[in-house]
Amino acid sequence: MSGTDHHDHGRGAVPHRHPPQPDLEDGPYTDYMAMTEAVAGLLIKKKIITAGELRRMVEIIDSKSPAAGAKLIARAWVDKEFKKRLLKDVNAAAAEFDIDAGPIPIRCLENTVKVHNVIVCTLCSCYPRLLIGLPPDWYKSRAYRSRTIREPRAVLKEFGTEIADDVEVRVHDSTADLRYMVLPMRPKGTDGMGEKALAKLVTRDSMIGVTRLEDR
Amino acid sequence: MTARFAVGDQVRVREAYPPGHVRTPYTIRGKEGQVTRVIGAFANPEELAYGRKGLPKRSLYWVQFPQTELWPDYTGGEDDSAVVDVYEHWLEPVAARKRK
Repeated sequence: MSGTDHHDHGRGAVPHRHPPQPDLEDGPYTDYMAMTEAVAGLLIKKKIITAGELRRMVEIIDSKSPAAGAKLIARAWVDKEFKKRLLKDVNAAAAEFDIDAGPIPIRCLENTVKVHNVIVCTLCSCYPRLLIGLPPDWYKSRAYRSRTIREPRAVLKEFGTEIADDVEVRVHDSTADLRYMVLPMRPKGTDGMGEKALAKLVTRDSMIGVTRLEDR
Repeated sequence: MTARFAVGDQVRVREAYPPGHVRTPYTIRGKEGQVTRVIGAFANPEELAYGRKGLPKRSLYWVQFPQTELWPDYTGGEDDSAVVDVYEHWLEPVAARKRK
């Protein structure tokens, strides 16, 4: 479509203009893009993986969503024993739901009335992808990564999250071999709700810790 | 392998700036914190990054730092903290301080 900004959409449609939008290839071609393509090409050429396997892996990662993490959170809210297991070992707790959280250990951080946890990876963009999907772009931004460790309350405020002064804001920097997810506090006014309905209340951002779930 | 530090130990992050792939953020180098969890032993990422095996494995810890230790001009809550995953070879013992 690029380059043809004056067109119509077929029979009967009125010809019109779209503002030109850059194609994927119109951005700068970086060294990292070149390296990624070179390594993928070599792995396939040397028959270490096939193009189909590579495509399938991308498809699997793209198919992950926060819904899997939300299921675990909702179960933890209604089942104290499960909550203990979740806080001990997220991957094992996920396996109870037949959810494969991947080989990297994930730890769950519980938000309470006294402690509000928020996750960042200051060095890169570590994130529990296999459990809650791909990270949002802002999570990978230099601003979020540098400011969350330096002025977490200001960052939280920009997400609409105001934490009282007597609550500890605890930033977890995911620098090494673990990934993290936050167990948000169960919203007030949800006492009669079942697990499935509760899971729908759990958002991605609440599992990163940049927001709390609103009381109902 | 045996972990050198235990939960509750006061530790200081080495103030060193070696070249290469290092997973210790600049913000905590030279700073004091407390071990809050002994996570386990992992292959050393500083070796893995260059195609080596990363052995011997290194113990990994949660080290909790008061934000005021990391940033003397920190203006958030008094109890605010940062928890960072740090490998054992980056940590030095310091004499136990009175807990507040």
